[in-house]
Amino acid sequence: MKSTSVADSTKTASTQFLERVEEQSGQKVRICYQCGKCSAGCPVGYAMDLLPNQVMRLVQLGLKDEVLSCATIWLCASCETCATRCPREIEIVKVMDVLRQKSRREGYPSPAREVPVFVSAFINNLKRFGRLYEAGLVGVYNLLSGHITKDMDKAPAMLLKRKIALMPPRVKGMGKVRKIMKNIEEMRQQ
Amino acid sequence: MARIGVFICWCGSNIASTVDVKAVAEAAADFPGVAHSVEYKYMCSDPGQTLIRQAIKEKQLTGLVVAACSPRMHEPTFRRAALESGMNPYLVEMANIREHCSWVHEDRAEATTKALETVRMLVEKVRRNTPLEEIRVPVTKRALVIGGGVAGIQAGLDIISAGIPVTVVERTPSIGGHMSQLDETFPTLDCSQCILTPKMVELSQSPLTTIYTYSEIEEVTGYVGNFKVKIRQKAKTVDHVKCTGCGICVEKCPAKVPSEFECGLADRKAIYVPFPQAIPNKPVIDRPNCIYFAKGKCGVCKKICPAEAIDYDVEDTIVEEEVGAIVVATGYDLIDRALYGEYGYGKIADVVDGLQFERMLSASGPTGGKLIKPSTGETPKTVVFVQCVGSRDDSKGIPYCSRICCMYTAKHAMLFKHKVKDGKAYIFYIDVRAGGKGYEEFVKRAVDEDRVVYLRGRVSRIFEKNGTVFVKGSDTISGQQVEIRADLVVLATAVAASDGARQLAQKLRIGFDQHGFLTEAHPKLRPVETNTPGVYLAGTCQAPKDIPDTVSQASAAASKVLGLLSSDELVREPLVAHVSESVCISCFACEDTCPYGAIERVEWKDPETGLTTEIARVNPGICEGCGACIPVCRPKAVDLRGFSEEQIYSEINALSDMFKVKR
Repeated sequence: MKSTSVADSTKTASTQFLERVEEQSGQKVRICYQCGKCSAGCPVGYAMDLLPNQVMRLVQLGLKDEVLSCATIWLCASCETCATRCPREIEIVKVMDVLRQKSRREGYPSPAREVPVFVSAFINNLKRFGRLYEAGLVGVYNLLSGHITKDMDKAPAMLLKRKIALMPPRVKGMGKVRKIMKNIEEMRQQ
Repeated sequence: MARIGVFICWCGSNIASTVDVKAVAEAAADFPGVAHSVEYKYMCSDPGQTLIRQAIKEKQLTGLVVAACSPRMHEPTFRRAALESGMNPYLVEMANIREHCSWVHEDRAEATTKALETVRMLVEKVRRNTPLEEIRVPVTKRALVIGGGVAGIQAGLDIISAGIPVTVVERTPSIGGHMSQLDETFPTLDCSQCILTPKMVELSQSPLTTIYTYSEIEEVTGYVGNFKVKIRQKAKTVDHVKCTGCGICVEKCPAKVPSEFECGLADRKAIYVPFPQAIPNKPVIDRPNCIYFAKGKCGVCKKICPAEAIDYDVEDTIVEEEVGAIVVATGYDLIDRALYGEYGYGKIADVVDGLQFERMLSASGPTGGKLIKPSTGETPKTVVFVQCVGSRDDSKGIPYCSRICCMYTAKHAMLFKHKVKDGKAYIFYIDVRAGGKGYEEFVKRAVDEDRVVYLRGRVSRIFEKNGTVFVKGSDTISGQQVEIRADLVVLATAVAASDGARQLAQKLRIGFDQHGFLTEAHPKLRPVETNTPGVYLAGTCQAPKDIPDTVSQASAAASKVLGLLSSDELVREPLVAHVSESVCISCFACEDTCPYGAIERVEWKDPETGLTTEIARVNPGICEGCGACIPVCRPKAVDLRGFSEEQIYSEINALSDMFKVKR
């Protein structure tokens, strides 16, 4: 079994990690009593490397490297089934959000590689067009993720039903959108 | 002219190491009214007390200040010493220079000053103390037990064993409570009926017992030793004196409703005896469900009754009883099914609660002790037990542990395996709490001998798909999601306060917590007493507990009752409020404020004007001396004996004088 020294690190970096995650998510991760109800009902649980209750436990113990490099935080679908049923009323989704942000910002590689690729493609798409340009997103995502032909067969039907458009949407006030994006960037710097 | 004696105790080094006791004794000698001031190593010891007793006589002291520990510790000691020397004990006060001073301070000079200030305040108070006499109230030697479950039965039996008569009031048509619904009980697996019914019979057959079933408490007035209780006897519609209990009426009654005793797994008639071993074993008519009362037609029971015991015209009656003490044993209910939508509780037929499972296990139950899937009647092969359904769940508003579920679930799984040898039993748990005599061994037996599989995790959802029940849970130890196809699911639903417990508590003027459980006077040292003297608690009305603990608490409550009722008179501290008749303006704000109901309205004739008015009077038998009435009294007509406004103000003035000197 893998051994991790919890006792050595609890006093310093690890408690700071727990406190930061709690502060940023607004959730009391420390009161999780590991009942496992989140894991029991998680619809994506089958694909996760760590179950949600295990993620909570690692945060409690401050095992930052383990938690920020797991696939679970990227596979979480934010469906909120766990939050709805948690007997300690912890909104796990918010904790997952914070963990994803930390993982990205601190440069941890994601085992679920496609997810961060998709997230980047999505944000860049918004920056560029102000509104989602689906065809562009699919194209960029397929190129960067390596699944070049993924879902191509569905494109004609979706085009016909006008679920996606060939041309990018036109948005009034692109200047304002850029300003929003710039503000976000500045907030992040702080 | 006051001649106060001041006695400073060292308490070994407890006080003397932080407070300069000699300096305090010397300074106190100069306080106005002080005639004698000394210090001694152990004032509470025999030589210390002798010092006090001699000084009272030799120095003709008129009051004492003993500066030592908390009055909770030794006030009775020093008051007794004073009494032995012929001094009224209420002329003795204690200055707490230990808990309030030496133990909580480090700086010797400051602690000494504080001790001096404390002594000075108490000297000023004692100068204004008046001799007081203890209050004596007569005692009614009869006890009331509210609730006829195992707690009420045990308390009742213990009280009558001492020759004190007891009145038992039970809301349902029979005594017996939840325990009569159980099959076998942990950790010994003895049959619940076999150990309970003899107790029911013993209680009901004693000439010292009066049992009111189908009755509720209407009103409680009076005070410790002298309660007056109004009991509402709901109309049974069947005259239990005439009724022979032949049961023909029950047989012929056409109206069927789900049986409460069988937890809805079987029907009962509108005229019914809740279960075969019921006491009294005579029926009542459940009027809202009776065809005659709903439509005015039917009357089959009346026509057929050979004893002519049925009378549709009887109404509720109110009985009055006088009792000296009250034991509250109102028991528990299970939580509302609607709280657990995700478990299909109340929707999926094959999801039952623990009490329903008990009825299925019971040989006298609706299935005759045969385990079935309620949906099909087949024998269940895979049974999933889910613990902590509601309990330990803040999101459902129940943060507490229900305490009994770990054990009864182990028992359920065990009994299932005894009945269905090739069956599989799974228990979802969070923690197994088996802290009791023989409990851990019992759980081990379930795993070892009966091959029960424990899965560590809470269940997320229970749902039905094409007639199959699925339980979606997890096992956090192996880190896996678990899905089980279950034939039957048993939910260990949380224990909740009994319906109506809050209202009863208000009638009795006792406390209850946010969940409706009744509050004991002290969680450790006074666990069966309430804050209202003469009212005691037994069983699950106080908090969830199992049968051994319930019975222990019931016996403890009975011993408290017997202690109270063993004397002919009750002696109470005279530190109670009193109303100055000529000042009272009859606003009765005190009456609304008093938490004990000690304020009475009395006619009073003003000796000067000759006019008669209704004014407030404090019943010293009820008053607890809390002082809540004093600030609400607009004309300042109420004052507290032993803690008068004059005494309190003189203490504050003494303290402010000392502050002035310091500056």
